[in-house]
Amino acid sequence: MSMVYDEYGRPFVILKEQQAKNRVKGVDATKANILAARSISNILRTSLGPKGMDKLLVSPDGDVTITNDGATILSQMEIHQPVAKLLVELSSSQDDEIGDGTTGVVVMAGALLEQAEILMSKGIHPVRIARGFEAASQVAIDHLAKISEKVEFSKDNLQPLLTTAKTTLSSKILQPHKEKMAGIAVQAILDVADIERHDVNFDMIRMEGKTGGSLEDTCLVNGLVLDKEFSHPQMPTMIKDAKLCILTCPLEPPKPKTKHKLQIDSAEAYEELYNQEQKYFRDMIQKIKDSGANLVICQWGFDDEANHLLLQQELPAVRWVGGVEIEHIAIATGARIVARVEELTPDKLGTAGKVEQISMGTNSSRQQDRILVLEDCANKKAVTVLVRGGNKMIVDEAKRSLHDAMCVVRNLVKDNRVVYGGGSAEVSCSLAIRKHADTITGVDQYAIRAFADALDDIPLALAENAGLSPINEVTAIKSRQVKEGIHTIGLGLLSLNETEFTIDSTKGDHTMDMKELGVFETLIGKQQQMQLAAQVVKMILKIDDVISEGQYR
Amino acid sequence: MENAYLSQGVEVDKGENARLSSLIGAMAISDLVKTTLGPKGMDKILQSIDPNDQSISVTNDGATILSKIPLDNAAAKVLVDMAKVQDKEVGDGTTSVAVFCGELLREAETMLMQARIHPQTICAGWRLATKVARETLDSMATNTITDDDLMNIAQTTLSSKLVNAEKEHFAKLCVSAVKRLGGSGNLDHIQIIKLPGGSLRSSYLEEGFLLEKSIGVGQPKRLEKCNILLGNTSMDTDKIKIYGSRVQVDSLNKVAEIEQAEKLKMKRKVDKIIGHGCNVFINRQLIYNYPESLFAQQGIMAIEHADFDGIERLAAVTGGEVASTFENPEKVQLGYCEVLEEVIIGETRVLRFGGCKSGAACTIVLRGSSNHVVDEAERSVHDALCILAATLKHPRRIYGGGCTEVAMAQAIDKAAMETTGKKALAMSAYAKALLQLPMTVADNGGYDAAELITQLRAAHAAGNNSCGLDMDQGIVGNMEELGIMESYKSKLQVVTSASEAAEMLLRVDDIIKSAPRRREEMI
Repeated sequence: MSMVYDEYGRPFVILKEQQAKNRVKGVDATKANILAARSISNILRTSLGPKGMDKLLVSPDGDVTITNDGATILSQMEIHQPVAKLLVELSSSQDDEIGDGTTGVVVMAGALLEQAEILMSKGIHPVRIARGFEAASQVAIDHLAKISEKVEFSKDNLQPLLTTAKTTLSSKILQPHKEKMAGIAVQAILDVADIERHDVNFDMIRMEGKTGGSLEDTCLVNGLVLDKEFSHPQMPTMIKDAKLCILTCPLEPPKPKTKHKLQIDSAEAYEELYNQEQKYFRDMIQKIKDSGANLVICQWGFDDEANHLLLQQELPAVRWVGGVEIEHIAIATGARIVARVEELTPDKLGTAGKVEQISMGTNSSRQQDRILVLEDCANKKAVTVLVRGGNKMIVDEAKRSLHDAMCVVRNLVKDNRVVYGGGSAEVSCSLAIRKHADTITGVDQYAIRAFADALDDIPLALAENAGLSPINEVTAIKSRQVKEGIHTIGLGLLSLNETEFTIDSTKGDHTMDMKELGVFETLIGKQQQMQLAAQVVKMILKIDDVISEGQYR
Repeated sequence: MENAYLSQGVEVDKGENARLSSLIGAMAISDLVKTTLGPKGMDKILQSIDPNDQSISVTNDGATILSKIPLDNAAAKVLVDMAKVQDKEVGDGTTSVAVFCGELLREAETMLMQARIHPQTICAGWRLATKVARETLDSMATNTITDDDLMNIAQTTLSSKLVNAEKEHFAKLCVSAVKRLGGSGNLDHIQIIKLPGGSLRSSYLEEGFLLEKSIGVGQPKRLEKCNILLGNTSMDTDKIKIYGSRVQVDSLNKVAEIEQAEKLKMKRKVDKIIGHGCNVFINRQLIYNYPESLFAQQGIMAIEHADFDGIERLAAVTGGEVASTFENPEKVQLGYCEVLEEVIIGETRVLRFGGCKSGAACTIVLRGSSNHVVDEAERSVHDALCILAATLKHPRRIYGGGCTEVAMAQAIDKAAMETTGKKALAMSAYAKALLQLPMTVADNGGYDAAELITQLRAAHAAGNNSCGLDMDQGIVGNMEELGIMESYKSKLQVVTSASEAAEMLLRVDDIIKSAPRRREEMI
């Protein structure tokens, strides 16, 4: 109740229609927010790591998605609680920035909030907690930079890149084919990357999915793949040295946009109109032909007559190509997008070495799938990954996984510093933060130490998902890191050659040197994770009043 | 707890519950289609729920059944999707793939519930098993196929269908149809026409192409050495498409004048078409009376309203192109066939295009006592054609009758013995699921499945690699002698996609289900 009193002592209500509004204040608000955020992170927790599980999501239309990509799960979850939504955004910003670690960042934020709750019950003010977390995250980030190592790779030595891609893929459905998929991801990135400038243009990589075949049939096409076919069945299915023009105007009779009415009142007028119409089509096609093009890509449809004229003029054409595809074709072939046939000139044409229409599946017209492949484009850098798989959900998930893997490789090309995975970096940071905490006096010390505890949660979750005893494993990592002074000791869930982890019964735990295993993550990815998680937690902790409008009637 | 932050109506199933719900969904689907498996499988009647359309179909084609049932279970949808892809990719084995996937998950359930094995461990075991299965399959497949093999493969596919009684007849039909394609594998050239009436036995293969259309009035009924022009153009008033034109006149004379102009325009168009030197004109759109009579005067056969598929197929078989403008006759490729005549099959008049330019073209005319029978016959023939085309593309074959399944299961069992850890249990479970396929086939035939399968296993263990189930007599027989064969590609696809899908479902631990989108009440 926001009841206040005016100068005469009469009470009045500031917020109107109290009943319709929902309001929580103070510690209650913070606690409610923490609860909501934590239940989100609990859902994702089981998807963390190479042994993480998948989620099955059913959309309002009944479509099924199966994934363990944190960003995808959260974006499809129909969350309406405002604070929980913050976590969704957190994961999607990690996705935009880094592309990988979208689950990790949410789990991390959840762990931090859990710690914050404990501190609050000790009576520590949320803002102080936030400040402590902030300081701790700075220590962690500096520490990460310190323990990071540079991986050297070149065009001849791609092994480090392949290893990173494999680490990312090992938590996905593609795991059995990770060798091949990692190869595809690395090749795709290298094809478009500018290694000197450490720049990767992601726009040049397209992903096309087609159901059928199996995951192994996935391949990298040096060029573009379009889910389209030629507009007339008798057009040649293969064009060598294609010169293509890209049109964004329909090859149809003109429809002036102003309101008009054309009246025919005599046979001559009728005749004239008819001739004009025929001429219009002929001119249009002739102009295209004159420009020297031998392939027409059009964003809109063709009239039947125009279509046949194209065939007669030996101009293979593709219609109804989407806006995004048009842009990709333009970039890849160096063509200019032309809005009017009149403006078409030879220098606006793009080139491709080979354009081919390929049929897939059983060859009956009812179910035929045709795709267009543009190879050897003017811009050599454009590549497409054609993903195949047993069913639609597998193809979609494979696409997401490959995207993640490519992001990681891209990050390495941009910045080749890495930290080691398997929870080793987290444990190492946690140890460093703990040490740092001891040098601080006051309430902040508690908060900083709590941050260290929260970091432990990542290896805990990894071990839990793999069905290991979490506490045993994490303490073993810690003690080995301290005792042996190697900060690359982590949880070995995968061994080098096999897809399975081996149980070394003599040791009683699964600690391993991640450097030997070749499990690493990019430094910027990890730093970003900690930074983002700390920021969001800080934001959540600072909220002390939630006013939500009632249902609008 | 989740309801506090999720939108209304969103359901969350967690852990064990989620897993069970998806396993049960998958098993239900598998149980549903299970009884249709094999030569003695039963059929299903499917009735639409739409009150306006109470039509039924009778089928035992897995993909058809699955695509027609409305489902609410997410896992079941994955299975259905998988069966559809199987249908698209190889055309056959749609039931097997659903049954195998369901059986895998059934085995997984026991392992999860009783042995308490972690799903990831099960997946790891399955992956190893799939590898062994593929290697075994690879080693069992021949590298070439003969014509007899094709015949056998077609018969094996057809034996599980309605046309079982006439399988030899139909197999011959399909094989000769596919062989005419000459390896191109383009099933477009094979047309299937369904004409209820007569018996299944009287189905036959017609050389050339049949079109269910009639010839215009007063035009020749039979032509030889036809030059065919295929058109996609309006032959009614041929309105002018440019601008939104309309006619406004103030006197009757003018109306007549414009009508004259219109007629003239049409006449010119017809003249141009005739100028191509064709004696047959086939249009995708309507041909009105006036142009029709013009064509009749010139002794040209004009056929209207061939549908889109029809015209494209005609273009493919006669080697002509579909024309929409008629300005440059020299550039238009005319189609050609030796003879075009109207023939009567049953009570239906159809047009027969004989001796087409592309010798590949042929038509399978399906006869049967009712619509449902010919529909099902079409599905069966389609399956057989697809599998034959796929076999020609990947010329490798294996033995059917559960022979490969047992061999794969045995290889996996052997590999499981050599594997340490819980993975081995998952591998044996995989082998068990594989054995379920021949088991179901035997069950459906009303034989003692357990007895038969154990005999079969013993036979394989003794080194008789070509042993399988003889479903006519209910004994273990030699598949080579019985001529029961299947396509390698189809079996491979069954094994890989079923295990991929099963693994995917097993890895799920949460199901988050959004509230169905509210639809406006239909009035």
